Amino acid sequence: MIDFHLRKALHTTAGPAHLDVALTLAPGELLALTGPSGAGKTTLLRLLAGLARPDGGYLTAEGHDWYRDQPARWLPPQRRPLGLVFQDYALFPNMTVRENIAFAAAEQADKSQVVSELLAMLELPELADRRPAQLSGGQQQRVALARALARRPRLLLLDEPLSALDLPTRLRLQDALAAVHQRFELTTILISHDPAEIARLATRVVELELGQVRRIGPPTTPRAGLRGQVLAILPNGLARVQLPGGAVVEVPIGRPVQVGEEVEFEVRQGV
Amino acid sequence: MPPDYWQTLRLTLALAASTTAILLVLSLPLAYALAYGRWRGRPLLEALVSLPLVLPPTVIGYYLLLAFSDSTVLGRFLINDLGLELNFSFTGILVGSLLYSLPFMVQPLQAGFQQLPRSLHEAAYTLGKSRLTTLWRVLLPNMRPALLNGVVLTFAHTLGEFGVVLLIGGNLPGRTRVASIAIYDEVQSLRYAEANAYALTLLALAFTILVALFWVVRKDAARLSA
Repeated sequence: MIDFHLRKALHTTAGPAHLDVALTLAPGELLALTGPSGAGKTTLLRLLAGLARPDGGYLTAEGHDWYRDQPARWLPPQRRPLGLVFQDYALFPNMTVRENIAFAAAEQADKSQVVSELLAMLELPELADRRPAQLSGGQQQRVALARALARRPRLLLLDEPLSALDLPTRLRLQDALAAVHQRFELTTILISHDPAEIARLATRVVELELGQVRRIGPPTTPRAGLRGQVLAILPNGLARVQLPGGAVVEVPIGRPVQVGEEVEFEVRQGV
Repeated sequence: MPPDYWQTLRLTLALAASTTAILLVLSLPLAYALAYGRWRGRPLLEALVSLPLVLPPTVIGYYLLLAFSDSTVLGRFLINDLGLELNFSFTGILVGSLLYSLPFMVQPLQAGFQQLPRSLHEAAYTLGKSRLTTLWRVLLPNMRPALLNGVVLTFAHTLGEFGVVLLIGGNLPGRTRVASIAIYDEVQSLRYAEANAYALTLLALAFTILVALFWVVRKDAARLSA
């Protein structure tokens, strides 16, 4: 179980704000964090990972204090058993795929077994001897996920891991994420802007705005028959569509459409 | 060939090599602190490190000459308590070279650290790696061009050093007489052929070193991005 109440001053483009979030996560939960940019989502992940220091509050994970303001307690990021997948993947350019994962698994007793298991699980064996610069975005993302899992973390933090990927790749990786989350019995926090992705993966959604929780609850299933405006026509029968709420989604469109056109489309679950 | 050509050349290379090796070790923590530190005295330290870039070498040499002599507290401490007579010795010109070439090592390393994405060392930390492991296994291997730059520039810059060495070390064959001093000395004595031997050697060395640097950096960049 992870329980926290964290406070931190935010410097957003809209001016200073105050992050103040209290949450309790059940073991095995997959929590989605959503909200506009500058809401404090990434900051919250960095506070949990120990990459930034809170101004106040507390953070306990499975009975251990990771942070507490009174009496002062601080566990450095190195000693928090978690995996973090960065938005830019942050793979080590000097190491091959296998070396990236092995570096992360270095302290594991069954290191070589962990590495080959993760390579197989994320469909990476053929890419094992390549360097990150020789991989596509989706491939890099799989490596980043494998590397984050190599330390056998209890908590997995994902900072918009799939936002830069095209739709088919994203759907495949959503499957991989769901499988990994179950297989390793993780508690996962996922930052995402994609309502379909959240509906597909998360058990609960927290919507942040200017550092505060605006909404918390079960993911809303995107209804079939949504309407929106076409922003761009994409290959493979896809279109980028802006929903009335401002969110932008990529959806399959069954007929020829034009940019600017108002369209109705179906959201299929489990594509 | 001038009579003590090989001796002078050996001394020149020894000075450049020792300066480079010592500065590499000293500059890594310094550049790391300047790149990542957020303490208040940072601009002051940055200015101090950069000072040799803008000061005439004779100014550095003059103050070191004073500092090493028995007319100052430091000099008396060095001579009487440590037994270190630095003026007109190889150790003396080595200390001068370290100061004189410091920015040529620190600045490329600092830029190298700063060019690495922050997420790289943060990723290593979340994988449980200490600062030292992160530095050694992640940061340094990914800033090899910066390391090479620092090493080569420091070496080449020390080869061409003149003012500092002349003031602290003078022109003692086999002890402080480096190639650049030898050129000056030969010209003063109107021995242009001998001066030319040294000058041509320095020119060829500097050019070769720079060509090698750019060649290796290009190959290295191709290796990491292909």
